[in-house]
Amino acid sequence: MASIVQAVNLVKQVQSGGQPLVILQDVSFAVEAGESIAILGASGSGKSTLLGLLAGLDVPSSGTVFLDGVDLFAYDEDERARLRGRLAGFVFQSFQLLPALSALENVMLPLELQGKPDARAQALDALQRVGLTQRSHHVPKHLSGGEQQRVALARAFVTQPKILFADEPTGNLDAATGEQVIELMLELNRAQGTTLILVTHDEALARRCGRQLRLSAGRVLP
Amino acid sequence: MNTLRLALAMLRRDWRAGEWRVLLIALLLAVGSISTVGLFADRVRLALQQESHALLGADLRVSSAHPLAQAYRDEARQRGLRVLGTAVFPSMVTRLANNLPSVMQPVEVQALEDGYPLRGKIMIVDATDVNGSGHQALAVPARGTLWVDARMLRRMALQIGDEVNIGAAHLRVAAQVVRDVDQAVGFASIAPRVQINLGDLPATKLVQEGSRINYRLLVAGEADDVAGYRSWLQSKIKLGEKLEDVRDARPEVRLALERAEHFLGLAALMSFVLAGVALALAARHFISRHLDSCAVMRCLGASQAQVLRIFLYQFLLLGITAVVLGSVLGYTAQSVLVESIAAMREAGLPAPGWQPLAQAAASGMALLLGFTFLPLWQLKRVSPLRVIRRELGVPSANTGMMYGVGAAVLCALFLWQAGSLKLGLTVLAGLTAGLLVFGLIAWLALRGLAALPLGKRHVFANLARHGRSNAVQIVALSLGGMALLLLTLVRAELMQNWQERLPPDAPNHFMVNIQPDQRAAVRTFFAQHKLAAPELFPMVRGRLIAINQRSVSADDYAEPNAKSMIEREFNLSWSEVLPEGNQLVQGKWWSSVEPAALSVEEGIAKTLGIHMGDTLTYDVAGNQFSAQVVNLRKLRWDSMRVNFFVITTPGLLADYPASYLSSFYLPPGRAQAGDALLKAFPNLLVIDTEAIIAQVRHIMDQIAQTLSAIFLFTLLSGLAVLYAALLATQDERIYQSAILRTLGADSRYLRRLHLGEFAVIGALSGLFAAAGAALLGWVLARNVLEIPYAPSPVFWLVGLAGGMLTVMLAGWLATRRASRMSPMQVLAA
Repeated sequence: MASIVQAVNLVKQVQSGGQPLVILQDVSFAVEAGESIAILGASGSGKSTLLGLLAGLDVPSSGTVFLDGVDLFAYDEDERARLRGRLAGFVFQSFQLLPALSALENVMLPLELQGKPDARAQALDALQRVGLTQRSHHVPKHLSGGEQQRVALARAFVTQPKILFADEPTGNLDAATGEQVIELMLELNRAQGTTLILVTHDEALARRCGRQLRLSAGRVLP
Repeated sequence: MNTLRLALAMLRRDWRAGEWRVLLIALLLAVGSISTVGLFADRVRLALQQESHALLGADLRVSSAHPLAQAYRDEARQRGLRVLGTAVFPSMVTRLANNLPSVMQPVEVQALEDGYPLRGKIMIVDATDVNGSGHQALAVPARGTLWVDARMLRRMALQIGDEVNIGAAHLRVAAQVVRDVDQAVGFASIAPRVQINLGDLPATKLVQEGSRINYRLLVAGEADDVAGYRSWLQSKIKLGEKLEDVRDARPEVRLALERAEHFLGLAALMSFVLAGVALALAARHFISRHLDSCAVMRCLGASQAQVLRIFLYQFLLLGITAVVLGSVLGYTAQSVLVESIAAMREAGLPAPGWQPLAQAAASGMALLLGFTFLPLWQLKRVSPLRVIRRELGVPSANTGMMYGVGAAVLCALFLWQAGSLKLGLTVLAGLTAGLLVFGLIAWLALRGLAALPLGKRHVFANLARHGRSNAVQIVALSLGGMALLLLTLVRAELMQNWQERLPPDAPNHFMVNIQPDQRAAVRTFFAQHKLAAPELFPMVRGRLIAINQRSVSADDYAEPNAKSMIEREFNLSWSEVLPEGNQLVQGKWWSSVEPAALSVEEGIAKTLGIHMGDTLTYDVAGNQFSAQVVNLRKLRWDSMRVNFFVITTPGLLADYPASYLSSFYLPPGRAQAGDALLKAFPNLLVIDTEAIIAQVRHIMDQIAQTLSAIFLFTLLSGLAVLYAALLATQDERIYQSAILRTLGADSRYLRRLHLGEFAVIGALSGLFAAAGAALLGWVLARNVLEIPYAPSPVFWLVGLAGGMLTVMLAGWLATRRASRMSPMQVLAA
């Protein structure tokens, strides 16, 4: 099976107080299609930076990422954005719903950006799958944290992405709600055959993924 | 198309969430105030123009010693203009009384066609007036009647209903004219005036070879039509025919008009500046609130262009909405304004044109894009990484360029709106300097206060911590305050200084044709009647025939003004000293030993192309003399004093026949003294200029009232800036309050902290505003109005206290919510 995500010698280095600070050091690994992988590590280990690079949200100092066989950093920012729109879905710790939009409108957004004609029907369908049909016209402010993250899940899956990037998806939720959200995410993942790349510091959550990748001080632990 | 739909949907959703309110309010107020000022100024300008046209009785006047061609009249009619003819000539009125010796009085007869005057109104008292206060004449004198003025009634002991003769015509006095249009200051209007119907002119049998009749054609209508007709006429006009409008005819009215336009332009400029500042602040606020949305959209696959388009469409739609609503607001506001000011309502202002609305709309869009396009450009470059790393802010942008674009847009609008390059640049230069200096001083002051060992350390430390954003806020508030102070206190002081230039005892009579041997007797007469001793100026009439030995003729000049100056005789005078109200601009005044030298007024020197050192040759009654120009003078034409374009050294004109002239002030109720003067010196020509002065003063009063009204809208714009400035830092304050409350601060502490901060910000803003307004007022006074100006001390106090109180009150209202919200509400959001 071909790798859907492949990181090749990724290095990320920033200037901090005039000194170069290495955040990621020579990170290489591959993820097969349909696989679920957890990136684990303590705060400051570089796991969020790695996720940003894998999704093409940030640019590495050296090295590259192949996404579905495409060299991400041979593309410019707009081309990467289009590729993201086509391939990837996102779930974030802080939900990142647009505050002015209703639940339904938030789910419609990626479809509208791609110019899909039946955005509304697909979005309603996605909301139904996360059990939020009744709340589709509420704005994020009027939804609970768990509900907001379910809307985010609906938004992530509505484009039927090949890869789902999740950044601490339960970090802002209590244990019980977090469990429900994870269940839902893994179920959708299985149902759509999506590749899951999950960043977390939660060992229990990480164990529910097929594979774990541990980061420490910017390096992948063997 | 899809992006547009998405943009509209987002706009609708954002609107629901209140995100657009500040921007819309700022822009709405900007367009509203610009269009109000524009529409109002347009109406007042038209009214002022019509008012001053009333001095001619028309918009345009053609006059000639011969009847004017019918073609002039036909062309005017064809162009949709109103047109009529009058004839003016000197004659004698004889009173007919059975038992009394006949009395004769030299008069100026005005024969009027139906419809006169085309501009202004004539107030008369006739038999229908019970209380004798007068009313507007609705028609010209009926056939067989005449109107007379108060002087006629007095001098001939006439009463309404009496009968008189003019030439062969037998006429009845039907009314007394209380206020006339067309009061000439020129030397033509030497005698009392009577008005008759043009139809009675043949019956006087005075129209014959050699009679001194001046035929006039008066034209009035829409400004564009008049201008078109004017340029048509200029190509047709024959020698001996004179074309004039109010600006040609009356230098003092032209000055008043130009100053009025300057002031109104200034008020409009201030709206622009304030709107620009409010928009810049609101856009900053808007953008900081949309960073996340942008990052999410980029993350979900939107291209940079897509993000830019989405926001640009929204901004354009917002602009159109604001422009439409603002225009409606402006139109409504100016009508309400006009209706609510008695003087304006009674003035019956003409309807405004559509140009101010178009101008306001275009300016509004230019302001919006000028101040928001670059921030938007910045917004599209937000890193998608922000979705996982919140600390990533707005991508660093070239702020210099951002402010540069804003300033360029403002600059262009200034020049467009002001029409006067000098005024526009003066205001703009003051503004730019103020921005930079205030910003720097504010930042330094905040840091300095924090370093001082003062009691309220936490307040100052907190202010200094956000030094840059607080400095921006102080600068914005100062600008608003500066505009307000400039338009209230500075304006009032400037207006007062300006009006004081025409003191209540400004000369109201001219006295001409005093013979050299009458000088002592005239002075004695004034002393006997306890009137201020008049200054007598010698006058010799001569024509300029050569400059530097090269003969000049009207054909050498393109400007009609210059042509007529060459064609007619100048009033030349001599003096040992520089006359009062004159100011040297080049060269030196002469010592008594200089034999032959000339002093020329700078305006006429420019018109005729005369420079320092040129030798001018004049023809006086067939004899010629030449002399060199040794200095140029500036004159105050609105001083109502005797002024001369050209003055020579004493002795140069000694051999030519001279007469003397003077101006003097005759207090109201002393008209008898004027009559006695004429009886004692029958050869004198005494000209009453009271009416002209009253009219100039009336125009000044109207300008003053107008400005006070327009100030209201600038005040609103200033408040919009204040609102936007407070809102820009409100989120941060609310967030900070939540954290402080979590750490145990009670609402009293927070209130004191906030009020302390607002007091410092307000005080600094108020001081800067006062400093800026004083400086700008001084520059305006010096360079544009050419009057002295120094702000009063109370001015600084008003700035300081006003700034402090306003900002404290507005700030308290804006952050009240912050101290009441539970920390959880804020921090969880």
